[in-house]
Amino acid sequence: MTITDSPVDNGVNVQALLGAREALSAAPDAAQFTWRASCTWRNGTHSHSTVAGFSGLGAEQQHRSTYEFDVDHPECFASEDNGATPVEIVLVGLVGCLTAGVASVAQHRGIQLRSVTATIDGQMNVLGILGGDPDVRNGFEAVTVRFAIDADASRDDLQALIAQSQKRSAVFDIVTNPTKVFVELA
Amino acid sequence: MIHTTAVVVGAGHAGLAMSRRLTERSIDHVVLERGEVANSWRTQRWPSLRLLTPNWQTRLPGHPYTGDDPDGFMPVADVVATLTRYARLVGAPVRTATTVHTLRAAPHGFQIQAGDDLLCARAVILATGACTRPAIPGVAAAVPPSITTLTPLAYRDPGQLPDGGVLIVGASATGIQLAAEIHRSGRPVTLAAGEHVRLPRTYRGRDIFWWLQAAGLLAERYDQIDDLTRARHLPSPQLTGIPQATITDLNSLAAQGIRIAGRLGRVTDGVAQFSGALANTCALADLKMNRFLNRADQWATAAGLDDELPPPHRFAPTHVDPRTPLELDLASGEITTIVWATGFRPDHSWLDIPVLDRTGRIRHDGGVVTSAPGLYLLGLPVLRTRASTYIHGAATDSQALASHLHSFLNAQHR
Repeated sequence: MTITDSPVDNGVNVQALLGAREALSAAPDAAQFTWRASCTWRNGTHSHSTVAGFSGLGAEQQHRSTYEFDVDHPECFASEDNGATPVEIVLVGLVGCLTAGVASVAQHRGIQLRSVTATIDGQMNVLGILGGDPDVRNGFEAVTVRFAIDADASRDDLQALIAQSQKRSAVFDIVTNPTKVFVELA
Repeated sequence: MIHTTAVVVGAGHAGLAMSRRLTERSIDHVVLERGEVANSWRTQRWPSLRLLTPNWQTRLPGHPYTGDDPDGFMPVADVVATLTRYARLVGAPVRTATTVHTLRAAPHGFQIQAGDDLLCARAVILATGACTRPAIPGVAAAVPPSITTLTPLAYRDPGQLPDGGVLIVGASATGIQLAAEIHRSGRPVTLAAGEHVRLPRTYRGRDIFWWLQAAGLLAERYDQIDDLTRARHLPSPQLTGIPQATITDLNSLAAQGIRIAGRLGRVTDGVAQFSGALANTCALADLKMNRFLNRADQWATAAGLDDELPPPHRFAPTHVDPRTPLELDLASGEITTIVWATGFRPDHSWLDIPVLDRTGRIRHDGGVVTSAPGLYLLGLPVLRTRASTYIHGAATDSQALASHLHSFLNAQHR
Protein backbone atom coordinates (compact mmCIF):
# COMPACT_ATOMS: atom_id res chain seq x y z
CA MET A 1 0.00 0.00 0.00
CA THR A 2 1.28 3.45 -0.81
CA ILE A 3 0.13 6.73 0.58
CA THR A 4 -0.89 8.90 -2.34
CA ASP A 5 0.32 12.43 -2.09
CA SER A 6 -2.88 14.34 -2.88
CA PRO A 7 -2.97 17.39 -0.66
CA VAL A 8 -6.38 18.02 0.84
CA ASP A 9 -7.70 21.43 -0.15
CA ASN A 10 -10.94 22.71 1.34
CA GLY A 11 -9.80 26.28 0.82
CA VAL A 12 -8.91 26.70 4.49
CA ASN A 13 -5.45 27.92 5.47
CA VAL A 14 -4.99 25.76 8.56
CA GLN A 15 -1.34 26.74 8.95
CA ALA A 16 -2.36 30.38 9.26
CA LEU A 17 -4.96 29.49 11.89
CA LEU A 18 -2.51 27.41 13.90
CA GLY A 19 0.06 30.18 13.58
CA ALA A 20 -2.52 32.67 14.82
CA ARG A 21 -3.29 30.48 17.82
CA GLU A 22 0.39 30.36 18.70
CA ALA A 23 0.95 34.09 18.17
CA LEU A 24 -2.19 35.17 20.03
CA SER A 25 -1.43 32.91 22.99
CA ALA A 26 1.82 34.85 23.35
CA ALA A 27 0.12 38.24 22.83
CA PRO A 28 -3.29 37.87 24.49
CA ASP A 29 -4.29 41.54 24.06
CA ALA A 30 -4.32 41.12 20.30
CA ALA A 31 -6.80 38.26 20.71
CA GLN A 32 -9.46 40.65 22.00
CA PHE A 33 -11.86 41.34 19.13
CA THR A 34 -14.99 43.48 19.04
CA TRP A 35 -17.58 42.71 16.39
CA ARG A 36 -20.05 45.41 15.42
CA ALA A 37 -23.18 46.13 13.43
CA SER A 38 -25.26 49.30 13.02
CA CYS A 39 -29.00 49.35 12.57
CA THR A 40 -31.45 52.00 11.27
CA TRP A 41 -35.20 51.70 11.57
CA ARG A 42 -37.00 52.10 8.22
CA ASN A 43 -40.69 51.61 8.82
CA GLY A 44 -42.91 49.20 10.69
CA THR A 45 -40.86 46.15 11.61
CA HIS A 46 -38.40 46.81 8.78
CA SER A 47 -34.85 47.81 9.69
CA HIS A 48 -31.61 48.04 7.76
CA SER A 49 -28.30 46.95 9.26
CA THR A 50 -24.75 47.26 8.02
CA VAL A 51 -21.55 45.53 8.96
CA ALA A 52 -18.28 47.14 7.94
CA GLY A 53 -15.64 47.48 10.62
CA PHE A 54 -14.47 45.52 13.63
CA SER A 55 -11.49 45.68 15.93
CA GLY A 56 -8.92 43.01 16.63
CA LEU A 57 -5.20 42.23 16.46
CA GLY A 58 -4.72 45.48 18.35
CA ALA A 59 -6.11 47.66 15.55
CA GLU A 60 -9.22 48.78 13.71
CA GLN A 61 -10.08 46.45 10.80
CA GLN A 62 -12.36 46.76 7.76
CA HIS A 63 -14.28 44.18 5.74
CA ARG A 64 -13.56 44.27 1.98
CA SER A 65 -16.92 45.99 1.57
CA THR A 66 -19.90 46.99 3.65
CA TYR A 67 -22.42 44.19 4.04
CA GLU A 68 -26.10 45.03 4.27
CA PHE A 69 -29.01 43.23 5.90
CA ASP A 70 -32.72 44.01 5.66
CA VAL A 71 -34.67 42.63 8.57
CA ASP A 72 -38.45 42.45 8.70
CA HIS A 73 -41.33 40.19 9.59
CA PRO A 74 -43.45 38.19 7.11
CA GLU A 75 -46.84 39.21 5.77
CA CYS A 76 -48.70 36.78 8.02
CA PHE A 77 -47.51 38.98 10.91
CA ALA A 78 -49.07 41.95 9.10
CA SER A 79 -45.63 43.17 8.03
CA GLU A 80 -44.19 43.93 4.59
CA ASP A 81 -41.59 41.14 4.49
CA ASN A 82 -38.68 43.29 3.31
CA GLY A 83 -36.17 40.78 4.60
CA ALA A 84 -35.51 37.73 6.74
CA THR A 85 -36.76 37.72 10.32
CA PRO A 86 -34.20 38.32 13.07
CA VAL A 87 -34.57 34.71 14.24
CA GLU A 88 -33.80 33.44 10.74
CA ILE A 89 -30.67 35.57 10.74
CA VAL A 90 -29.66 33.85 13.98
CA LEU A 91 -30.17 30.49 12.22
CA VAL A 92 -28.05 31.73 9.29
CA GLY A 93 -25.34 32.73 11.77
CA LEU A 94 -25.37 29.35 13.51
CA VAL A 95 -25.36 27.19 10.41
CA GLY A 96 -22.78 29.42 8.70
CA CYS A 97 -20.52 29.17 11.73
CA LEU A 98 -20.88 25.37 11.97
CA THR A 99 -20.24 24.96 8.24
CA ALA A 100 -17.08 27.07 8.43
CA GLY A 101 -16.05 24.84 11.33
CA VAL A 102 -16.70 21.66 9.35
CA ALA A 103 -14.44 22.89 6.52
CA SER A 104 -11.68 24.01 8.88
CA VAL A 105 -11.68 20.86 11.00
CA ALA A 106 -11.81 18.69 7.85
CA GLN A 107 -8.80 20.54 6.44
CA HIS A 108 -6.91 20.07 9.72
CA ARG A 109 -7.77 16.37 9.79
CA GLY A 110 -6.89 15.78 6.13
CA ILE A 111 -10.48 15.12 4.99
CA GLN A 112 -11.23 16.31 1.44
CA LEU A 113 -14.79 17.62 1.21
CA ARG A 114 -16.74 17.28 -2.04
CA SER A 115 -19.95 18.86 -0.83
CA VAL A 116 -21.44 20.07 2.42
CA THR A 117 -25.06 21.11 2.70
CA ALA A 118 -27.06 21.77 5.81
CA THR A 119 -30.58 22.60 6.83
CA ILE A 120 -31.38 24.28 10.10
CA ASP A 121 -34.71 24.77 11.78
CA GLY A 122 -35.67 26.44 15.00
CA GLN A 123 -38.94 25.60 16.72
CA MET A 124 -40.75 28.43 18.40
CA ASN A 125 -44.11 28.96 20.01
CA VAL A 126 -44.91 32.57 19.08
CA LEU A 127 -47.31 32.92 22.01
CA GLY A 128 -44.13 33.74 23.91
CA ILE A 129 -43.26 36.88 21.95
CA LEU A 130 -46.94 37.83 21.70
CA GLY A 131 -47.22 37.71 25.47
CA GLY A 132 -50.02 35.19 25.17
CA ASP A 133 -48.67 32.58 27.58
CA PRO A 134 -46.30 33.43 30.45
CA ASP A 135 -44.98 29.85 30.51
CA VAL A 136 -43.74 29.98 26.92
CA ARG A 137 -40.31 31.46 26.34
CA ASN A 138 -39.63 33.99 23.60
CA GLY A 139 -36.76 32.11 22.02
CA PHE A 140 -36.36 28.77 20.33
CA GLU A 141 -37.55 25.68 22.13
CA ALA A 142 -35.00 23.69 20.16
CA VAL A 143 -32.77 24.10 17.12
CA THR A 144 -31.96 21.22 14.78
CA VAL A 145 -29.15 21.25 12.23
CA ARG A 146 -28.81 18.45 9.65
CA PHE A 147 -25.58 18.14 7.72
CA ALA A 148 -25.21 16.16 4.48
CA ILE A 149 -21.50 15.73 3.83
CA ASP A 150 -19.91 14.06 0.82
CA ALA A 151 -16.28 13.27 1.64
CA ASP A 152 -13.76 10.44 1.73
CA ALA A 153 -14.29 9.67 5.39
CA SER A 154 -16.09 7.14 7.57
CA ARG A 155 -19.37 7.98 9.24
CA ASP A 156 -17.52 8.02 12.60
CA ASP A 157 -15.04 10.54 11.20
CA LEU A 158 -17.89 12.72 9.94
CA GLN A 159 -19.63 12.49 13.34
CA ALA A 160 -16.37 13.60 14.93
CA LEU A 161 -16.14 16.42 12.37
CA ILE A 162 -19.52 17.91 13.23
CA ALA A 163 -18.94 17.36 16.97
CA GLN A 164 -15.64 19.26 16.84
CA SER A 165 -17.17 22.03 14.72
CA GLN A 166 -19.78 22.56 17.47
CA LYS A 167 -17.09 22.53 20.12
CA ARG A 168 -15.15 25.31 18.38
CA SER A 169 -18.13 27.37 17.18
CA ALA A 170 -18.69 30.88 18.52
CA VAL A 171 -22.36 30.99 17.51
CA PHE A 172 -23.05 27.52 18.91
CA ASP A 173 -21.66 28.77 22.20
CA ILE A 174 -23.69 31.98 21.99
CA VAL A 175 -26.90 30.04 21.34
CA THR A 176 -26.37 27.29 23.93
CA ASN A 177 -24.89 29.31 26.80
CA PRO A 178 -26.10 32.40 28.62
CA THR A 179 -24.47 35.68 27.62
CA LYS A 180 -24.64 39.01 29.41
CA VAL A 181 -26.42 41.54 27.23
CA PHE A 182 -26.50 45.27 27.99
CA VAL A 183 -29.01 47.46 26.16
CA GLU A 184 -28.63 51.16 26.94
CA LEU A 185 -29.95 54.49 25.82
CA ALA A 186 -27.32 56.59 24.02
CA MET B 1 19.88 29.72 58.47
CA ILE B 2 19.84 26.05 57.50
CA HIS B 3 22.03 25.05 54.56
CA THR B 4 21.15 21.97 52.52
CA THR B 5 21.69 20.92 48.93
CA ALA B 6 18.07 20.33 48.05
CA VAL B 7 14.65 21.08 49.48
CA VAL B 8 11.58 19.06 48.57
CA VAL B 9 8.29 20.83 49.26
CA GLY B 10 5.54 18.36 50.08
CA ALA B 11 5.61 14.87 51.61
CA GLY B 12 3.01 13.18 49.46
CA HIS B 13 3.78 10.36 47.03
CA ALA B 14 5.76 12.64 44.71
CA GLY B 15 7.85 14.34 47.40
CA LEU B 16 8.67 11.00 49.05
CA ALA B 17 9.59 9.42 45.70
CA MET B 18 11.96 12.32 45.08
CA SER B 19 13.43 12.04 48.57
CA ARG B 20 14.27 8.41 47.87
CA ARG B 21 15.90 9.36 44.53
CA LEU B 22 18.01 12.03 46.23
CA THR B 23 19.07 9.65 48.99
CA GLU B 24 20.10 7.10 46.32
CA ARG B 25 22.39 9.78 44.90
CA SER B 26 23.65 10.89 48.34
CA ILE B 27 22.23 14.36 47.81
CA ASP B 28 21.50 15.84 51.24
CA HIS B 29 18.05 17.34 51.46
CA VAL B 30 15.03 18.05 53.64
CA VAL B 31 11.38 17.49 52.87
CA LEU B 32 9.13 20.29 54.09
CA GLU B 33 5.54 19.33 54.88
CA ARG B 34 2.80 21.72 56.06
CA GLY B 35 1.06 18.91 57.98
CA GLU B 36 2.00 15.26 58.31
CA VAL B 37 3.16 12.80 55.66
CA ALA B 38 0.32 12.28 53.14
CA ASN B 39 -1.35 15.40 54.51
CA SER B 40 -3.93 15.98 51.78
CA TRP B 41 -4.88 12.30 51.87
CA ARG B 42 -5.42 12.64 55.62
CA THR B 43 -7.29 15.93 55.67
CA GLN B 44 -8.71 16.72 52.23
CA ARG B 45 -10.17 13.49 50.86
CA TRP B 46 -13.56 11.99 51.65
CA PRO B 47 -13.19 8.66 53.52
CA SER B 48 -15.05 6.44 51.04
CA LEU B 49 -12.74 7.51 48.18
CA ARG B 50 -10.57 4.81 46.65
CA LEU B 51 -7.70 5.29 44.21
CA LEU B 52 -8.73 5.14 40.56
CA THR B 53 -5.65 3.08 39.72
CA PRO B 54 -5.55 -0.62 40.66
CA ASN B 55 -3.26 -1.76 43.48
CA TRP B 56 -0.79 -3.52 41.14
CA GLN B 57 -0.09 -0.14 39.58
CA THR B 58 0.24 1.73 42.88
CA ARG B 59 4.01 1.54 43.25
CA LEU B 60 6.68 3.89 44.53
CA PRO B 61 10.42 3.84 43.74
CA GLY B 62 11.79 0.54 45.04
CA HIS B 63 8.42 -0.34 46.50
CA PRO B 64 6.05 -2.42 44.34
CA TYR B 65 2.61 -3.44 45.61
CA THR B 66 3.03 -6.63 47.61
CA GLY B 67 -0.44 -7.03 49.13
CA ASP B 68 -2.87 -9.84 48.39
CA ASP B 69 -5.36 -7.82 46.32
CA PRO B 70 -3.52 -6.58 43.21
CA ASP B 71 -6.78 -5.91 41.35
CA GLY B 72 -8.36 -3.95 44.19
CA PHE B 73 -8.42 -0.19 44.70
CA MET B 74 -6.81 1.32 47.77
CA PRO B 75 -9.07 3.23 50.17
CA VAL B 76 -7.76 6.59 51.36
CA ALA B 77 -6.79 5.17 54.77
CA ASP B 78 -4.55 2.59 53.09
CA VAL B 79 -2.95 5.27 50.92
CA VAL B 80 -2.09 7.19 54.11
CA ALA B 81 -0.69 4.03 55.72
CA THR B 82 1.30 3.12 52.60
CA LEU B 83 2.87 6.58 52.29
CA THR B 84 3.62 6.76 56.02
CA ARG B 85 5.32 3.38 55.87
CA TYR B 86 7.24 4.40 52.76
CA ALA B 87 8.49 7.62 54.37
CA ARG B 88 9.93 5.54 57.21
CA LEU B 89 11.30 2.88 54.85
CA VAL B 90 13.28 5.34 52.73
CA GLY B 91 14.26 7.42 55.78
CA ALA B 92 12.81 10.58 54.24
CA PRO B 93 14.07 13.61 56.23
CA VAL B 94 10.60 15.10 56.62
CA ARG B 95 10.02 18.24 58.69
CA THR B 96 6.32 18.03 59.49
CA ALA B 97 4.08 20.95 60.44
CA THR B 98 6.35 23.24 58.46
CA THR B 99 4.50 25.49 56.06
CA VAL B 100 6.56 27.15 53.34
CA HIS B 101 5.78 30.87 53.22
CA THR B 102 8.06 32.09 50.44
CA LEU B 103 10.58 30.82 47.96
CA ARG B 104 12.93 33.31 46.38
CA ALA B 105 16.13 33.32 44.39
CA ALA B 106 19.39 33.68 46.35
CA PRO B 107 23.01 34.17 45.17
CA HIS B 108 23.75 30.43 45.12
CA GLY B 109 20.32 28.91 44.65
CA PHE B 110 17.20 29.54 46.62
CA GLN B 111 16.08 30.89 49.96
CA ILE B 112 13.05 29.33 51.61
CA GLN B 113 11.10 30.77 54.52
CA ALA B 114 9.40 27.80 56.17
CA GLY B 115 7.76 27.96 59.56
CA ASP B 116 10.26 29.89 61.74
CA ASP B 117 13.24 28.70 59.70
CA LEU B 118 15.16 30.18 56.83
CA LEU B 119 16.64 27.56 54.52
CA CYS B 120 19.25 27.90 51.79
CA ALA B 121 19.37 25.31 49.01
CA ARG B 122 20.88 24.93 45.57
CA ALA B 123 17.88 23.02 44.25
CA VAL B 124 14.18 22.97 45.10
CA ILE B 125 11.60 20.40 44.05
CA LEU B 126 7.99 21.49 44.23
CA ALA B 127 5.84 18.47 45.01
CA THR B 128 2.85 20.19 46.57
CA GLY B 129 0.29 18.40 44.44
CA ALA B 130 -2.17 19.20 41.71
CA CYS B 131 -5.22 19.37 43.97
CA THR B 132 -4.18 22.05 46.45
CA ARG B 133 -6.83 24.65 45.73
CA PRO B 134 -10.33 24.03 44.41
CA ALA B 135 -11.01 25.80 41.11
CA ILE B 136 -14.40 27.38 41.76
CA PRO B 137 -16.02 29.08 38.75
CA GLY B 138 -16.90 32.77 38.90
CA VAL B 139 -20.59 31.92 38.72
CA ALA B 140 -20.35 30.86 42.39
CA ALA B 141 -20.51 34.53 43.41
CA ALA B 142 -24.13 34.74 42.19
CA VAL B 143 -25.39 31.72 44.16
CA PRO B 144 -28.03 32.79 46.73
CA PRO B 145 -26.65 32.78 50.31
CA SER B 146 -29.41 30.38 51.42
CA ILE B 147 -27.59 27.58 49.53
CA THR B 148 -24.88 25.60 51.32
CA THR B 149 -21.83 25.35 49.08
CA LEU B 150 -18.76 23.19 49.50
CA THR B 151 -15.84 21.77 47.58
CA PRO B 152 -14.66 18.15 47.47
CA LEU B 153 -11.76 19.12 49.78
CA ALA B 154 -14.27 19.77 52.58
CA TYR B 155 -16.72 16.98 51.69
CA ARG B 156 -16.69 13.95 54.01
CA ASP B 157 -20.05 12.20 53.67
CA PRO B 158 -23.67 13.03 52.81
CA GLY B 159 -24.51 13.34 56.51
CA GLN B 160 -22.83 16.74 56.64
CA LEU B 161 -25.21 18.15 54.00
CA PRO B 162 -28.62 19.63 54.81
CA ASP B 163 -31.64 17.66 53.64
CA GLY B 164 -32.91 18.52 50.20
CA GLY B 165 -31.68 18.55 46.62
CA VAL B 166 -27.99 18.73 45.76
CA LEU B 167 -26.53 20.27 42.63
CA ILE B 168 -23.13 18.80 41.79
CA VAL B 169 -21.22 20.92 39.32
CA GLY B 170 -18.74 18.90 37.29
CA ALA B 171 -18.81 15.32 35.99
CA SER B 172 -15.22 14.19 36.39
CA ALA B 173 -14.20 11.25 38.61
CA THR B 174 -14.99 13.36 41.69
CA GLY B 175 -18.36 14.63 40.44
CA ILE B 176 -19.71 11.23 39.45
CA GLN B 177 -18.57 9.56 42.68
CA LEU B 178 -20.11 12.24 44.88
CA ALA B 179 -23.29 12.20 42.76
CA ALA B 180 -23.71 8.45 43.32
CA GLU B 181 -22.89 8.59 47.05
CA ILE B 182 -25.10 11.60 47.80
CA HIS B 183 -27.94 10.19 45.71
CA ARG B 184 -27.81 6.96 47.77
CA SER B 185 -28.34 9.07 50.91
CA GLY B 186 -31.81 9.93 49.60
CA ARG B 187 -31.03 13.48 48.51
CA PRO B 188 -32.19 14.19 44.95
CA VAL B 189 -29.09 14.94 42.87
CA THR B 190 -28.70 17.07 39.76
CA LEU B 191 -25.33 16.71 38.01
CA ALA B 192 -24.19 19.56 35.75
CA ALA B 193 -21.91 17.98 33.15
CA GLY B 194 -19.54 20.02 31.05
CA GLU B 195 -16.71 18.51 29.05
CA HIS B 196 -15.93 15.09 30.52
CA VAL B 197 -13.89 11.97 29.84
CA ARG B 198 -15.95 8.79 29.56
CA LEU B 199 -14.06 5.52 30.14
CA PRO B 200 -15.23 2.07 31.26
CA ARG B 201 -13.76 0.59 34.46
CA THR B 202 -13.28 -2.74 32.69
CA TYR B 203 -13.20 -3.65 29.00
CA ARG B 204 -12.97 -7.17 27.57
CA GLY B 205 -12.43 -8.51 31.08
CA ARG B 206 -9.46 -6.28 31.93
CA ASP B 207 -9.18 -3.11 33.97
CA ILE B 208 -8.97 0.09 31.92
CA PHE B 209 -5.54 0.88 33.38
CA TRP B 210 -4.30 -2.47 32.09
CA TRP B 211 -5.40 -1.33 28.62
CA LEU B 212 -4.03 2.20 29.01
CA GLN B 213 -0.67 0.78 29.97
CA ALA B 214 -0.64 -2.12 27.48
CA ALA B 215 -1.68 -0.01 24.49
CA GLY B 216 1.12 2.44 25.30
CA LEU B 217 -1.05 5.42 26.14
CA LEU B 218 0.33 6.04 29.64
CA ALA B 219 3.89 6.05 28.30
CA GLU B 220 3.22 8.86 25.81
CA ARG B 221 5.74 11.60 26.50
CA TYR B 222 4.75 15.21 27.11
CA ASP B 223 6.85 16.42 24.17
CA GLN B 224 5.10 14.03 21.79
CA ILE B 225 1.54 15.02 22.68
CA ASP B 226 -0.21 17.17 20.06
CA ASP B 227 -2.05 19.53 22.35
CA LEU B 228 -0.18 19.43 25.65
CA THR B 229 -2.12 22.28 27.27
CA ARG B 230 -5.35 20.40 26.63
CA ALA B 231 -3.90 17.07 27.83
CA ARG B 232 -2.74 18.68 31.07
CA HIS B 233 -6.13 20.20 31.79
CA LEU B 234 -8.44 17.34 30.86
CA PRO B 235 -10.94 16.48 33.58
CA SER B 236 -10.19 13.18 35.33
CA PRO B 237 -11.89 10.18 33.66
CA GLN B 238 -15.31 9.08 34.91
CA LEU B 239 -13.97 6.16 36.96
CA THR B 240 -14.66 4.83 40.43
CA GLY B 241 -12.44 2.53 42.45
CA ILE B 242 -14.96 -0.30 42.44
CA PRO B 243 -13.52 -3.63 41.26
CA GLN B 244 -15.56 -5.44 38.61
CA ALA B 245 -17.67 -2.39 37.87
CA THR B 246 -18.11 -2.20 34.11
CA ILE B 247 -18.85 1.45 33.58
CA THR B 248 -20.02 4.41 35.63
CA ASP B 249 -21.20 7.09 33.27
CA LEU B 250 -24.01 9.56 32.71
CA ASN B 251 -26.22 6.69 31.47
CA SER B 252 -25.76 4.64 34.63
CA LEU B 253 -26.17 7.68 36.88
CA ALA B 254 -29.36 8.69 35.05
CA ALA B 255 -30.65 5.12 35.42
CA GLN B 256 -30.20 5.46 39.20
CA GLY B 257 -32.40 8.55 39.12
CA ILE B 258 -29.76 11.28 39.01
CA ARG B 259 -30.83 14.21 36.86
CA ILE B 260 -28.21 15.26 34.31
CA ALA B 261 -27.96 18.87 33.12
CA GLY B 262 -25.50 20.70 30.87
CA ARG B 263 -22.57 22.78 32.01
CA LEU B 264 -23.55 25.43 34.59
CA GLY B 265 -23.29 28.68 32.65
CA ARG B 266 -24.66 31.40 34.84
CA VAL B 267 -26.81 32.21 37.84
CA THR B 268 -29.14 35.17 37.24
CA ASP B 269 -31.58 36.37 39.90
CA GLY B 270 -31.18 33.09 41.73
CA VAL B 271 -31.86 30.99 38.62
CA ALA B 272 -29.11 28.63 37.49
CA GLN B 273 -28.82 28.34 33.71
CA PHE B 274 -27.29 25.30 32.07
CA SER B 275 -25.75 24.95 28.64
CA GLY B 276 -27.86 23.55 25.82
CA ALA B 277 -24.75 21.91 24.38
CA LEU B 278 -25.01 18.75 26.52
CA ALA B 279 -25.79 16.51 23.54
CA ASN B 280 -22.59 17.55 21.79
CA THR B 281 -20.55 17.34 25.00
CA CYS B 282 -21.73 13.73 25.34
CA ALA B 283 -21.17 12.97 21.65
CA LEU B 284 -17.56 14.19 21.95
CA ALA B 285 -16.99 12.00 25.03
CA ASP B 286 -18.50 8.96 23.28
CA LEU B 287 -16.36 9.50 20.17
CA LYS B 288 -13.22 9.91 22.24
CA MET B 289 -13.92 6.77 24.28
CA ASN B 290 -14.58 4.75 21.11
CA ARG B 291 -11.36 6.02 19.53
CA PHE B 292 -9.50 4.68 22.53
CA LEU B 293 -11.35 1.35 22.45
CA ASN B 294 -10.51 1.04 18.71
CA ARG B 295 -6.89 1.63 19.54
CA ALA B 296 -7.05 -0.94 22.36
CA ASP B 297 -8.63 -3.52 20.03
CA GLN B 298 -6.00 -2.90 17.35
CA TRP B 299 -3.28 -3.32 19.94
CA ALA B 300 -4.85 -6.59 21.22
CA THR B 301 -5.03 -8.00 17.69
CA ALA B 302 -1.43 -7.02 16.94
CA ALA B 303 -0.34 -8.56 20.26
CA GLY B 304 -2.15 -11.80 19.35
CA LEU B 305 -4.47 -11.61 22.37
CA ASP B 306 -7.82 -11.90 20.57
CA ASP B 307 -8.20 -15.59 21.45
CA GLU B 308 -7.40 -14.96 25.10
CA LEU B 309 -9.69 -11.97 25.65
CA PRO B 310 -13.47 -11.73 25.36
CA PRO B 311 -14.54 -10.21 22.01
CA PRO B 312 -14.63 -6.44 21.42
CA HIS B 313 -17.88 -4.60 22.09
CA ARG B 314 -19.07 -1.02 22.36
CA PHE B 315 -20.99 0.75 25.12
CA ALA B 316 -24.37 2.36 24.45
CA PRO B 317 -24.10 5.99 23.32
CA THR B 318 -24.83 8.51 26.06
CA HIS B 319 -28.54 9.16 26.10
CA VAL B 320 -29.50 12.79 26.57
CA ASP B 321 -32.99 13.16 28.00
CA PRO B 322 -35.01 15.69 25.97
CA ARG B 323 -36.38 16.94 29.32
CA THR B 324 -32.87 17.95 30.45
CA PRO B 325 -33.40 21.21 32.35
CA LEU B 326 -31.92 24.46 31.04
CA GLU B 327 -32.84 26.33 34.23
CA LEU B 328 -33.13 25.59 37.91
CA ASP B 329 -34.56 28.08 40.41
CA LEU B 330 -32.10 28.06 43.31
CA ALA B 331 -34.45 30.21 45.37
CA SER B 332 -37.31 27.70 45.23
CA GLY B 333 -35.87 25.52 48.00
CA GLU B 334 -35.55 22.51 45.69
CA ILE B 335 -31.75 22.73 45.88
CA THR B 336 -30.17 23.21 49.31
CA THR B 337 -26.54 22.38 48.51
CA ILE B 338 -24.10 22.97 45.66
CA VAL B 339 -20.88 20.95 45.44
CA TRP B 340 -18.18 22.48 43.24
CA ALA B 341 -16.57 19.42 41.67
CA THR B 342 -15.00 21.73 39.11
CA GLY B 343 -11.40 20.69 39.47
CA PHE B 344 -8.35 21.90 41.32
CA ARG B 345 -5.32 24.03 40.77
CA PRO B 346 -1.87 23.88 42.28
CA ASP B 347 -1.14 26.69 44.73
CA HIS B 348 1.93 28.64 43.67
CA SER B 349 1.00 31.89 45.39
CA TRP B 350 3.99 31.58 47.75
CA LEU B 351 6.57 31.61 44.94
CA ASP B 352 8.49 34.87 44.85
CA ILE B 353 10.26 33.98 41.59
CA PRO B 354 9.13 35.09 38.13
CA VAL B 355 8.37 31.63 36.74
CA LEU B 356 4.58 31.88 36.29
CA ASP B 357 2.80 32.34 32.98
CA ARG B 358 -0.12 34.76 32.65
CA THR B 359 -2.56 32.08 33.87
CA GLY B 360 -0.59 31.58 37.11
CA ARG B 361 0.96 28.26 36.12
CA ILE B 362 4.65 27.51 36.25
CA ARG B 363 6.40 27.45 32.87
CA HIS B 364 8.41 24.25 32.73
CA ASP B 365 9.81 21.66 30.36
CA GLY B 366 8.75 18.25 31.65
CA GLY B 367 9.18 19.37 35.27
CA VAL B 368 12.41 21.30 34.69
CA VAL B 369 11.81 25.00 35.35
CA THR B 370 14.30 26.21 32.75
CA SER B 371 13.99 29.90 33.67
CA ALA B 372 15.13 29.16 37.25
CA PRO B 373 17.93 26.56 37.07
CA GLY B 374 17.72 24.18 40.05
CA LEU B 375 13.95 24.43 40.36
CA TYR B 376 11.83 21.37 39.56
CA LEU B 377 8.16 20.38 39.57
CA LEU B 378 6.81 16.92 40.29
CA GLY B 379 3.43 15.23 40.71
CA LEU B 380 1.34 17.16 38.18
CA PRO B 381 -0.88 15.75 35.41
CA VAL B 382 1.00 14.79 32.22
CA LEU B 383 4.17 16.35 33.65
CA ARG B 384 6.48 14.03 31.65
CA THR B 385 4.12 11.30 30.44
CA ARG B 386 0.42 10.58 30.71
CA ALA B 387 1.32 8.33 33.68
CA SER B 388 2.53 11.42 35.59
CA THR B 389 -1.10 12.04 36.54
CA TYR B 390 -1.10 8.89 38.69
CA ILE B 391 0.92 7.77 41.71
CA HIS B 392 3.14 5.34 39.79
CA GLY B 393 4.11 8.12 37.38
CA ALA B 394 6.16 9.76 40.14
CA ALA B 395 8.47 6.73 40.16
CA THR B 396 9.73 7.34 36.61
CA ASP B 397 9.40 11.13 36.73
CA SER B 398 11.42 11.40 39.96
CA GLN B 399 14.12 9.24 38.36
CA ALA B 400 14.41 11.56 35.34
CA LEU B 401 14.30 14.76 37.37
CA ALA B 402 16.72 13.54 40.05
CA SER B 403 19.14 12.61 37.31
CA HIS B 404 18.77 16.09 35.74
CA LEU B 405 19.24 17.66 39.17
CA HIS B 406 22.35 15.58 39.79
CA SER B 407 23.94 16.75 36.52
CA PHE B 408 22.98 20.33 37.35
CA LEU B 409 24.75 20.12 40.74
CA ASN B 410 27.84 18.54 39.18
CA ALA B 411 28.01 21.19 36.46
CA GLN B 412 27.82 23.92 39.13
CA HIS B 413 30.78 22.39 40.92
CA ARG B 414 33.07 22.52 37.91
